[in-house]
Amino acid sequence: MTAFATTNSANWATATLVGFARTVRSSGVAVDQRRIQAFLEAVAALDLTVGPAVYWAGRLTLCGTQADLARYDACFAYYFSDTAPVRPDHGAEVTLTRPAVWPDAVAADAAGPPRDPDEQGGAASGVEVLRTADIARLDAPERAEVARLLGLVRVRRRRRPTRRRSIARRGQLDPARTLRAVARGGGEPIRLLWRNQGHRPRRVVLLVDVSGSMSPYAEALLRLGHALMRGHPRHTEVFSLGTRLTRITHQLAIREGSRALAAAGTAIPDWRGGTRLGAELKEFLDLYGQRGMARGAVVVIASDGWERGGAELLGAQMARLSRLAHEVVWANPHRAQPGYVPATAGMRAALPHVDRFVSGHSLAALEELAQVVIGGTPVAPVPAGPRMVEE
Amino acid sequence: MSADAEAFAPHTPQELAQQLDDNDYLADEGVATACFLALRMGRPLFLEGDAGVGKTELAKALAHVLGGSLIRLQCHEGIDATQALYDWDYPRQLLHLRAAQAAGVNEVAELESGLYTRRFLLERPLLRALGTETPPAAPPVLLIDEIDRADDEFEAFLLEFLADFQISIPEFGTVRAATPPVVVLTSNRTREVHDALKRRCLYHWMPHPDFAREVAIIRRRRPEVTDQLARDVARASQRLREPQHVDAELLRPPGVAESIDWAQALDALGVRGLDPEDTAAIDAATRSLGALVKQREDHETVRGRLRALLNGASAETDTTATRQGRL
Repeated sequence: MTAFATTNSANWATATLVGFARTVRSSGVAVDQRRIQAFLEAVAALDLTVGPAVYWAGRLTLCGTQADLARYDACFAYYFSDTAPVRPDHGAEVTLTRPAVWPDAVAADAAGPPRDPDEQGGAASGVEVLRTADIARLDAPERAEVARLLGLVRVRRRRRPTRRRSIARRGQLDPARTLRAVARGGGEPIRLLWRNQGHRPRRVVLLVDVSGSMSPYAEALLRLGHALMRGHPRHTEVFSLGTRLTRITHQLAIREGSRALAAAGTAIPDWRGGTRLGAELKEFLDLYGQRGMARGAVVVIASDGWERGGAELLGAQMARLSRLAHEVVWANPHRAQPGYVPATAGMRAALPHVDRFVSGHSLAALEELAQVVIGGTPVAPVPAGPRMVEE
Repeated sequence: MSADAEAFAPHTPQELAQQLDDNDYLADEGVATACFLALRMGRPLFLEGDAGVGKTELAKALAHVLGGSLIRLQCHEGIDATQALYDWDYPRQLLHLRAAQAAGVNEVAELESGLYTRRFLLERPLLRALGTETPPAAPPVLLIDEIDRADDEFEAFLLEFLADFQISIPEFGTVRAATPPVVVLTSNRTREVHDALKRRCLYHWMPHPDFAREVAIIRRRRPEVTDQLARDVARASQRLREPQHVDAELLRPPGVAESIDWAQALDALGVRGLDPEDTAAIDAATRSLGALVKQREDHETVRGRLRALLNGASAETDTTATRQGRL
């Protein structure tokens, strides 16, 4: 074989490998130039005659998370064995268990289709729903109030102690600083310097139910989520609950509010669908919560607790959550209605494990939730409009 | 980059698997290839997987294969440079200052230069891994355990360390690795580790071993356990990882570590095999269940289904083949 032919076949092999890496990238795995370089290096380091070396070389260098592996496998099968392309797995398809029951246009109409049969007694009045539905339609003082509340959650956050020490006026001796000061002063006199336990913002995890019956409130809650994200991006997580769990933390990290909300809206596939609260919560705990996201966090669930079928699963998952989280807060819009009793099976199952049960009622919702998140002194009352006094 | 490490490296993944085997670590193809490439390419190995699949054990076995030392850095929240890199021995420095003063030294510069010397430097794992005190004959294995527990500031700092294996100490100068260590990072995924760090590493997801391998691991780790018992324990563990077998999902399915513990516990209780008809054996299994599952809810679930779980040797087809990620 001539040198020319060797170079040619080497080029051909490289092109094949790079083509494969690109295929993997197009399936949604974050493959960049550096990873491709590593892939080529890895293939070169392995003896290609033994075993499926290319498979492992690619898997080890191109993938970065467990979720990448399924896509990688599909790409590998497609690229190297001429089978039909396999669609990357985005999780099992879920059929909507409940149609949208409270569309925007009908929301103002008190005689709209009946909602959750358990809760018919406490339907919100049309005017109230309208107010809650659209924050943009609030009058000026109310809008100012919303802005103030969102500003508050942006700036303040409950804090938790951390193991990282920081400079303090009293506490433990800080030998490093003390000694440096001593040396700087030529040895005398010794002034003792201190350090003490530091504090960091406590993580807040917001789970927003975006099913049909919650749709009038969902936008306001997502707005709250955005404000939380803007304030403490590294200590906030936002998910939407519906027929499936969607992490919308990244979408809400966009600076501009309307764009962030639009991005979240696009990312949520089951907007105004049904709910499978228990199953969703289980998924959250399995994938994120138990691994650490819920540990020591303030977990806020904003939902009306409408659960189709048995509520045992929800109860069990709530118990699990309450053992992990620092505080579990449940915001239910219907709580604001006069004479409300937690009648849905889901709500009854969940309540024993909830530390704070607040109403989820537009301004009131924002205010109460804001108070929970920032802790400390109660927030000043909303100037106008009906609101809850308790909690 | 890894010219030094290469001298110790085996020539094929199969050879490395054999060497790991000699050190009582039964590596599958993926693990062997991952370790081989980590050595050959001089890149850190990033291991993820459920608790108890043998991530830490792998680092230990690798250190044995290479003949170097294992340096372990257990991460935790708030870990900082003084715990990971180096610290100065302040009490001794203070004594030194006093002694210098008593001897009549009052020159600030002289005092300072005397303070920051090697003898007052306390080496923490990362600095120790650079092996500057005595250049090691073989590269050490640096195990950065549970990186997800450290906060993200630490991750950024680690990035710098892994880029060129050197540490600059302001008062002292830059310390560079004589022999770059072989780095193994593990994560339990309590937090998503930043992509910038992962990009520098070889990523390997460690699945639970399949049935045959699990039996072999139990037999290797606890040679006193009978073959029958090892098979019964491995079968039970395999089934507990498959929700449809238990028709209930466990909160924390057992890892290999738990299987080994349970087999040892049963052996200590005089059990030689878990026949569902053998009441004494079932009784011992019930009593020692705490070695296998560590949650109250799981305990109840498993206890109620123990007989069904141990029933029938027919299901010895390895159900994990699909999970291995191989096609």
